[in-house]
Order: sequence, then C-alpha cells, then structure tokens
Amino acid sequence: MSLQRYIVRRIALLAPMLIGITLLAFVVSHFVPSDPVATGLGERAASDPEIVAAFRARWGLDDPLPTQYLRYLGGLLRGDLGVSISSHRAVADDLRQYLPATIELATTAMLISVALGIPLGVIAAVRREGVADRAIRVVSLAGASIPVFWLALLAMLLFYSRLGWAPAPGRLDAAMSPPPTVTGFYTVDSLLAGEWDRFANALHHLALPACTLAIYQLAYIVRVTRSSMVEAIGQDYVRTARAKGLRERVVVSRHAFRNALIPVVIYLGLGFGGLLSGTVITETIFAWPGVGRYAFRASSTLDFPAIMSVTVVIAVMYVLVNLVVDVGQALIDPRIRFGS
Amino acid sequence: MSATLAGLGAQAAGGVFPRRARRRWAGGIAFLLARPLAIVGVTVLLAWLGVMIFAPVIAPAPPLKQDFSARFAPPSRAHPFGTDKLGRDQLARVVYGARISIPVGVMVIGLAGVAGVAIGAAAGFRGGLVDESVMRVTDVFLAFPPIILALAIAAALGPDLRNAMLALVAVWWPTYARMMRGVTLSVRQQEYVQAAVAAGAGTPRLLLRTILPNAFMPLLVLATVDIGSGITAAAALSYLGLGVRPPAPEWGAMVADGAQAPNQWWLAAFPGLAIFSVVMAFNLAGDAVQDALDPRLRGGR
Repeated sequence: MSLQRYIVRRIALLAPMLIGITLLAFVVSHFVPSDPVATGLGERAASDPEIVAAFRARWGLDDPLPTQYLRYLGGLLRGDLGVSISSHRAVADDLRQYLPATIELATTAMLISVALGIPLGVIAAVRREGVADRAIRVVSLAGASIPVFWLALLAMLLFYSRLGWAPAPGRLDAAMSPPPTVTGFYTVDSLLAGEWDRFANALHHLALPACTLAIYQLAYIVRVTRSSMVEAIGQDYVRTARAKGLRERVVVSRHAFRNALIPVVIYLGLGFGGLLSGTVITETIFAWPGVGRYAFRASSTLDFPAIMSVTVVIAVMYVLVNLVVDVGQALIDPRIRFGS
Repeated sequence: MSATLAGLGAQAAGGVFPRRARRRWAGGIAFLLARPLAIVGVTVLLAWLGVMIFAPVIAPAPPLKQDFSARFAPPSRAHPFGTDKLGRDQLARVVYGARISIPVGVMVIGLAGVAGVAIGAAAGFRGGLVDESVMRVTDVFLAFPPIILALAIAAALGPDLRNAMLALVAVWWPTYARMMRGVTLSVRQQEYVQAAVAAGAGTPRLLLRTILPNAFMPLLVLATVDIGSGITAAAALSYLGLGVRPPAPEWGAMVADGAQAPNQWWLAAFPGLAIFSVVMAFNLAGDAVQDALDPRLRGGR
C-alpha cells in the first residue's frame, strides 16, 4: 500500500468513527432516567405543566429521537453545538472560551512530563537493574498510583493554603486582564504582546496544575521509554556500533535512543486521552476555567447539550491526534504501511 | 488416523494444558518471591484484606457514630486519624471505607472483564461481520477519554454508587474485548485447536479448554493493574459527587469532604493515603506478574 493510499484509507475510516461517537454521546444523554426538564427549570417551574410544555418545545424534547439526532448532527456539521441549558449561551462559544485554557494546561503538563520522563526512562534502561533503575521504577509507579484528585488537593492545601507560594486559582491574578487574544494561550499571547509581567503571572498560575497533571503522565512515559530503550539496547545494530569502538554515550544517544523514540511518540498520542481525562479533575480542583471543569459542571446540572458537545469535541480531538500519530508513524516506519 | 487425531485433540484440549499451566504457576510464584517489591505489594494487599474482614474489630468506633464534643479533632491517641465535622472517627471511616472502595474497584474490573471476554471471544470466534462490527463499536468507545465518558454516563444515570460502577464498566469493557479477541484469533490458528475441532470439540468446550487457558495469564496481568485504576476511577467519581452518597464512608467522598476543610489536613490526607497504598500495591504486584510472564526476564538471567 502506498503512503497516500494508507492516509486516504485512514481518513475514510474517520467518517463511521465520527458517526459512532456522536451516536454514542446522543444515546448516553437521551436514554437516561434523569429528567433534563426538572434540572433545567427547577422544581417550582417544573410543577407547572404550561412552563414544562414550553420548555420541551423550546428545546425540541418532544420530537422523535431520530429527528433529534439528525438535527443535532446537522447542527454539528454547521459548527452549531447547540445551546447550553444552564448558561443559555451557544455551547460552541463556551468551548471557544474554555478550550484554549485546557490545551494550554495539557500541553504544559505534557512538556513537563516529557522533559523529565524521557531522560529518566533512558537512565533506567542504561543502568538496568541498578540502584537508579529500581529507584526510578518505584518512584514512577508511585506517581502512577497517586489519585490525581488527592494529589491536586494536597498540592493546593500545601502550596496555596499553607505556604502561600501558589497564586489563587485561575489563569491570572484577579487584578490582571488577559493579554490580547491571538492563540488563547495566555503564556503565548502575553509573549507575543511583549508583556513580561503578564507572562510571568500566567506561568505562575499554570505551574501547580500543570505539575500535578504531569506527575500522572510521567510514570507512563518513564515506563514506555525504559522498556523501549531496553529493547533497542539489545539489538544487533547496537552491538555493531559498540564493536566499531564508538563511545557508549554515542551508542546510546545516536543508535539506541533514536530507535527507541518511536514507541514513546506513539504513546504520547495515546496518553493525550488520559491527559484530557486528568484535566476534568485537575481543573475542577484548581478552578482552572477549561473544558474539563465545564464538563464537570455540565454533568452535575444535567446540561445535556453541553455534556454531549464536550464529550464529542474531546473524543474528536483524541481521534484526530491519533490519526496524526498513525500517519506520522507510517511516515517513519514503512512496515506499518506494508504490513498486514 | 482418525484415532490419532482424536487422541491428539483430547490431549490438546485437556491433557497438555493444565500440566504446563501448573508448572508455569509454580515457576511464577518462585519468581514473585525473589522480588522484594512484589512481596511488599502482596503483603499490603493481604493487610487490606485483613482490614476489610476484621473492620468491626479494628475500627475504634462505628463509622457513622457522631460525637459533637469532638468535632474536627486533630489526630490524637483517642482518634489516630482525627475526626470530621460531625465528630466521626476518621480511622473508623477509613477502615470501613476499605469495605466499599476496594470491592467497588474489583467489581468494576471483574464485570468489565467478564463482559469484555465474552464479547471478545464471540467476535474472535465468529469472525466476519460480527467481528467487524464489534471491533468498530470498541473503536468508538475507546475514542472517548475514559473519565469524560464515565462522567457523562454517571451523570445521566443519576448519582449513586451502582450507576458510577455501571458507567465505569461501560467505559472499561472494550479493552478486555479487544484483548480477548486477539487471543482468540491467534489461538484458533494453533494446530492443537484445529486438532480439537477435527476431533469434534464443540464451541463451548473449545472456549473453555483451549482459548480461556491461553487468555488467562494476559487477563490476569491486565486485571491486576486495572483493579488499581478501577479503585481510583470509582473514587474519583465519588469525589466529583457522582458515586457513593453520604454518609457512607467511601475514600473518594471522604477526600472530597476534606477538600471543604483546608485547615483540617487529616480529613483528606488519610483516605487518600489509603487509596494510594492499595493502588500502589496492585501496581507492584501487577508489575511483578508482568515480569514473571516475560520469558526474556525469566530464566534468562
């Protein structure tokens, strides 16, 4: 199979996938015992049949389900994600506002965990079964075992309530206005505007939530890097490189590391989903105004248009990230294109 | 000829496997004992099992007993883990919490495992359209970040423990379905299975005698590590208010209570520590089981 055909095939598979995703989200939010009328109106209004009827007509709740699904799908294609029952704003507008905060948080966390995790994994592999390896292994297992919500809470209690090192929740100090919007990432936007104090402030606010989120991811990156490095070091070409008389540092960095990196990159794509899951909890605890907290709020108020859209948008992002990873992998490794 | 085949089939379907599996077990246990971390993990798990069984003996007070004269008491000799806003003894609540939090995680993974294994085996066995559609459905489920889908399902079903567990099972089964399908497909090609088919073994017999024994070890590894994640995920849903309803002593909900009281660190610290110790123990054990099954690590060195 040529590379083009592989990519076309991969993209063609997206269509049934997207239908499946929207259908599942739709089913979850409609075939349920909870009543959006009661939560949307409050108990007093919900006891008035006239108000209830108007509410149901307003949100199209009386149409047959397939009609409701098709209407929803049609809206999606036009970029219309519906209107939030609780905020009365277009969900698309809500997401436009909250998504950059989440991506900024998740990306920063990813950068931190990669910057720490890959070197640690390489060290563990090179010193396999040594003290460093064992220590790194235990610490990374511990990192993977800490419940994110507990870690976030303890970090909050320690660094904010007790020590006062961390700033109050939010993306910037309350007195500070956001930088002019270009990307929606406060760190990038303030740099673009050349506002250093705003940049420092945004970074300060980002530090604690990003580190919390990174610890969880770190363990897996260490693990994947280690096992993939161990495998690479055992290969014949590494023995050949050593036999040529290359220095160990060169053997490890040039020959083993490069090849070991492929599984790590693939993992990063898959790990992105876990990271997004982690943002729900991290954002809720640190009051970070992103989609994770939005999703949590929507689900606690049974705001179905909002829940459905957040779920779908995040799933689609995840699918696209994995598409990019797959295609990238096929570019690097011809076996994937030609293999079964 | 046909007698040999039948004999071969019977041997493959019943005789050879258990003996090899037994040897594998013995070797595996010896391997585990040689790893200090695995011993730590297993010991901690056994300790928690003891706590679950003997909770009424260990706990200094009933978990729901309120004592308004001792509200928000810091850890002391009388209350080693302190007390909460209603003067309930936190040690008692953590101890009784083990009876909720640990079984919930185990049950979520158990149910997801059973559902996934059944669906995966059916897909791998039937092949064709059944296989294709099951795989596409798992694709869709796996496209959702787990907590977000679980959050949506749990919220839609309404906040209680059973619904939170259902939501987690709904999120988790595809992993097991995919694994089981893979094992089924590869085992089905093996000669001894072909022989068993030729000998006239029916589908249930094939599944029980040839496919499941092969799937058992990979399932065990996956489940050991997953139970830890299952406990954390269930606790996280409870933390978010979608799981156990108060006043039940559940670790995630207890941490959430602690979040409301930033000056009483012990409220969040101890239940969180309990989750951490159980999950870490499962991870240590799972890690060792994984190594024990890796032929490159076993015997080689």
